[in-house]
Amino acid sequence: MTYQEPIFLLVFLPAVLLVYHLMPQKHRWKVLLAASYVFFWSISGKMLIFLLLSTFSIHHFGLWIDTIRQDEDAVIKAAEKPERKALREKKKHRMRRVLALGIVLHIGLLLCLKYINFFGTNVNLLLGALGGPGLFPTFQWVLPIGISFYTMQAVSYLVDVYRGTAPADRSLGRLALYMGFFPQLMEGPICRYSQTAEALYEGRPILYANLTSGIQRILYGLFKKMVIADRLNLGVNTIFDKYPMHGGGVIFLGMLAYTCQLYMDFSGIMDVVMGMGEIFGIKLPENFRRPFFSKSISEFWTRWHITLGAWFRDYIYYPLSLSGPLKKLTTNGRKHLGNHFGPLMAGSIALFCVWFSNGLWHGAAWSYLFFGMYHFVLILLANLTEPFTRKVLEWLHIPRESFGYRVFRIVRTSLLVCVGELFFRANGLRAGVRMFRTMVTDFSIPTLKELQLGLDRFDVLIVVVAVLVVFIISILQEKEIPLRQTVSKTPVVVRWAVYYAAILAIIFFGAYGVGYVPVEPMYAGF
Amino acid sequence: MEKLLEILREIQPDADYETCTTLVTDNYLDSLAILSLVAELEEEFDIEIPTVEIVPANFNSAQSMWEMIQRLEEE
Repeated sequence: MTYQEPIFLLVFLPAVLLVYHLMPQKHRWKVLLAASYVFFWSISGKMLIFLLLSTFSIHHFGLWIDTIRQDEDAVIKAAEKPERKALREKKKHRMRRVLALGIVLHIGLLLCLKYINFFGTNVNLLLGALGGPGLFPTFQWVLPIGISFYTMQAVSYLVDVYRGTAPADRSLGRLALYMGFFPQLMEGPICRYSQTAEALYEGRPILYANLTSGIQRILYGLFKKMVIADRLNLGVNTIFDKYPMHGGGVIFLGMLAYTCQLYMDFSGIMDVVMGMGEIFGIKLPENFRRPFFSKSISEFWTRWHITLGAWFRDYIYYPLSLSGPLKKLTTNGRKHLGNHFGPLMAGSIALFCVWFSNGLWHGAAWSYLFFGMYHFVLILLANLTEPFTRKVLEWLHIPRESFGYRVFRIVRTSLLVCVGELFFRANGLRAGVRMFRTMVTDFSIPTLKELQLGLDRFDVLIVVVAVLVVFIISILQEKEIPLRQTVSKTPVVVRWAVYYAAILAIIFFGAYGVGYVPVEPMYAGF
Repeated sequence: MEKLLEILREIQPDADYETCTTLVTDNYLDSLAILSLVAELEEEFDIEIPTVEIVPANFNSAQSMWEMIQRLEEE
């Protein structure tokens, strides 16, 4: 059961909404929690135990950190002023030890389940190359759905309790719902405790305005996922699975098609998730902000999978780059290398850790690590060449904010992102390198038939029109035109005509049924 | 406040710190500038700026930075 399936949208979700609505407000959170566990069970079965373990664990660790804080605060309060600084350090040290244990347990479990085979296989390969026997056995197990997402939430909760930006929750139920709220279980967004926990527990009433607004968003998401992404799936698979048969032009087309498929799939499912949140009166954090209007790779990652980027920024980048040794490096660097290059060394070390983790987070494969390192190198190069770029622009009298230069930057960033996605999707790093080489060294204009990506003309026409619709909507959103509010304010006939048009477009033009393969939400696999 | 403005002008001379309230949002101060700034402010004002304080709201204007510094000095 996934978010775009009829059994979920037409049976499960309405049933949950009905029971939720009929239940007294103080018990509504129980409905959400029960529904979340039923949903999890329907996908991952007994793997539910891992979610439960994580929930119990962060509940315990949160309270443990809080107990230390309260005990030590009492001691600090009773102490003389000169002693307080040392006591504060002691408190921090004790809390940090518990936090470290909690993080190691959660990340350790994730590493164990997700990466142990990758590690074992590569060590065995290395030992084999050196003439020795393989040491590590491989394990056959299925990953619990959403483990990469809820582990990030678990760690962020513990760190926030340690930092004092989230309270240590005494209610196990509230924490369980924060960890397992069913709309965000499969693909996020990765929420912070302060963003959703209280609102979920409150059991807010289902309001008509929220219901229609939520359905609006769900329909838009389904349109992106079912009409565009799932339709492109067939063509993308044909090119990536049989890449040696294709020339560079077709591979280039496949690269663009896959990037489009991934964006429509992931952002489409996110629209569905946000829509469900809206219906329950929950404002989930946005995960996309029209990423293909970005002018640089750094900006792209503040618009694409926003909650993951924000997680890495808040829990890896800043803590690392502002840690004692790196801070010293920044200060010394500025003295000797100036304002731009001075902090670059410390920033780059932290950035490397972020992108290494980002690549690995996506999966246990060299291609994902390459994907992370690719973005690290691009951002590093942009940072290194920034003063040079500025000088060249001044010399050529090109204003940075001129329309032409902005378009150039947007196109360049999008192409660089697409190349990254080529490696991301390719069947292994070697295949990715071969595809890239073919694209660069053997580029030929695809024939009309090749341009169709193995799809029939009807499919191609639908994809082109649907992408245009999303593109126009994105431009309007980029110009901050309140499109949804405008639709909501139109006369009832117009409004419902728009809704019915969207529903009919999904029913008639959705890529499902005979001739199509059902496509699971793509990020659920991560 | 004068000392803060001096540090800011040294790190990023292109912004108008008297009026601008979108220093981070409009990318006058990028993540590298923030690293320099935090290191400088900690040294100059003898404060510790914890990671939780590194949010756009605290760095979007000279005034908000000044308020953060004063708050941290009191702690």
